[in-house]
Amino acid sequence: MSDRIVDCRGMACPGPVITTKKAIEETSFGRITIIVDNEAAKTNVTKFAAANELGAAVEVKDGHYYISIVKGAGQPAEVDKCQATTIEAGCQVYLITQDTLGHGSPELGAVLIKAFMTTLLEVKPLPVTILLLNAGVKLAAQGSPVLDQLTSLASRGVTILSCGTCLDYYQLKNKLAVGEITNMYTIVETITQNKTVTL
Amino acid sequence: MGPGDLAEVLSKLPVMQNSNVLVGITTSDDAGVYKLNATTALVQTVDFFTPIVDDPYMFGQIAAANSLSDIYAMGAAPLTALNLVEFPNCKLPGEVLLAILQGGQDKVAEAGAVIIGGHTIDDNEPKYGLAVTGMVHPDKVWTNAGAQTGDCLILTKALGTGILASAARADLFPHGVMAATTSMATLNAMAKKVAEGFSIHSCTDITGFGLLGHTYEMAAGSKVMIDIDSEALPLLPEAAEAAAMGLVPVGAYTNRSYLTTVTFAESVPEPIRDICFDPQTSGGLLFAVPEGEADELVLALHSAGVAPASRIGYVTSNGSGEIYVR
Repeated sequence: MSDRIVDCRGMACPGPVITTKKAIEETSFGRITIIVDNEAAKTNVTKFAAANELGAAVEVKDGHYYISIVKGAGQPAEVDKCQATTIEAGCQVYLITQDTLGHGSPELGAVLIKAFMTTLLEVKPLPVTILLLNAGVKLAAQGSPVLDQLTSLASRGVTILSCGTCLDYYQLKNKLAVGEITNMYTIVETITQNKTVTL
Repeated sequence: MGPGDLAEVLSKLPVMQNSNVLVGITTSDDAGVYKLNATTALVQTVDFFTPIVDDPYMFGQIAAANSLSDIYAMGAAPLTALNLVEFPNCKLPGEVLLAILQGGQDKVAEAGAVIIGGHTIDDNEPKYGLAVTGMVHPDKVWTNAGAQTGDCLILTKALGTGILASAARADLFPHGVMAATTSMATLNAMAKKVAEGFSIHSCTDITGFGLLGHTYEMAAGSKVMIDIDSEALPLLPEAAEAAAMGLVPVGAYTNRSYLTTVTFAESVPEPIRDICFDPQTSGGLLFAVPEGEADELVLALHSAGVAPASRIGYVTSNGSGEIYVR
């Protein structure tokens, strides 16, 4: 079984999909690893694999996506996404709904959230996603005391998603400093499809 | 630029005030409208982009149809146009530029307007489009505000041009690519003409922000909530297949992440969701009309040759731009 690596970083859409298609056509039996540098390309290559009834396992390394596709009989390529990403990111999702940790003294809560995020960087596996809702979105905005920690987590493949309605409400949409904006649909989908802890 | 990036930059500019401006930049409409007198208002718009098809003559036609569309979306008639060209003089022969300009000119002539000038810049990649001026009675402007509870939404062109443009670059789905090309080169003139006979409460054209991006502009501008029936959406042939195999342009993902007021029913398949966010070039007009006139308008559009025209949703209640896709 041959291993082939196809580097599609820097390619514009639909380059990664076309290159993947070519690589799959040229390979009768073996593993193909496609490397892409953005989420749209990752999603598109994964869709392409699914459309061809090939499983795709995605691994995130240094913010780049390594999509491995196995072609050939008797080689089930179907790998659980969670298992595949255990090198850095696990299946855990944290739903954070305030900018401090726990109920009680807000002063203590501010200390705790910083300690929590710093500690989170040390544990393995890392969470797959951190969802920020309500005042939680302040953590991902400019001036946040945990911006460094969230940025490190993001660079190690953790998806940081802030609720768009909440950013609008706190007028922080222009100040979002890490991660992406999301909507309630994705939030609910992420919560229901993963092991979620609410803070 | 994506809607989010653009909004951020524009928010830093002070808004220019002028009492003759009927539609300005603050309401994210298709074109600006400036009142000259009690019976006449000027409508102005500009758009240009990189080639979306290989054939330069076809590209010229599509770019012109796309630029003219914003005039129709305001309920106006186009009068004059100016060419905007960026062209790599050293890399491509002059015949290519000629073909692009011929395509644009033929489409402008078909629209009953005239090209009265233009401007050219030497650039690495060709780009073409037009600045178009149109005319409308100040009381008959169609804006993206004005949709009312109970109104039906009617879309006049099939969706999926962005996805099929990706397919074209991948040399896949030639049948769908051809249908998309024909659709993009079709003027929205006939759809606008037919709709003039109906009580149009609101109108916009579907372009770069995709069906849901422009539906959002209408919903937010009209302060309403909108329901879209995903099974009623007119789709270009093979668009769903192309989306399913990952030929989804980056713009569709940008639109998706920006639109935070959209909720999908779980049953809506992923390729259809992609199509809902797919950036369209020279897309159709989206009308909001009273329920009682909706069927008649669709029928009239079909009789006039606007075959894809479909009833795709309705305004459910007052709101702030929420969209539910079932």
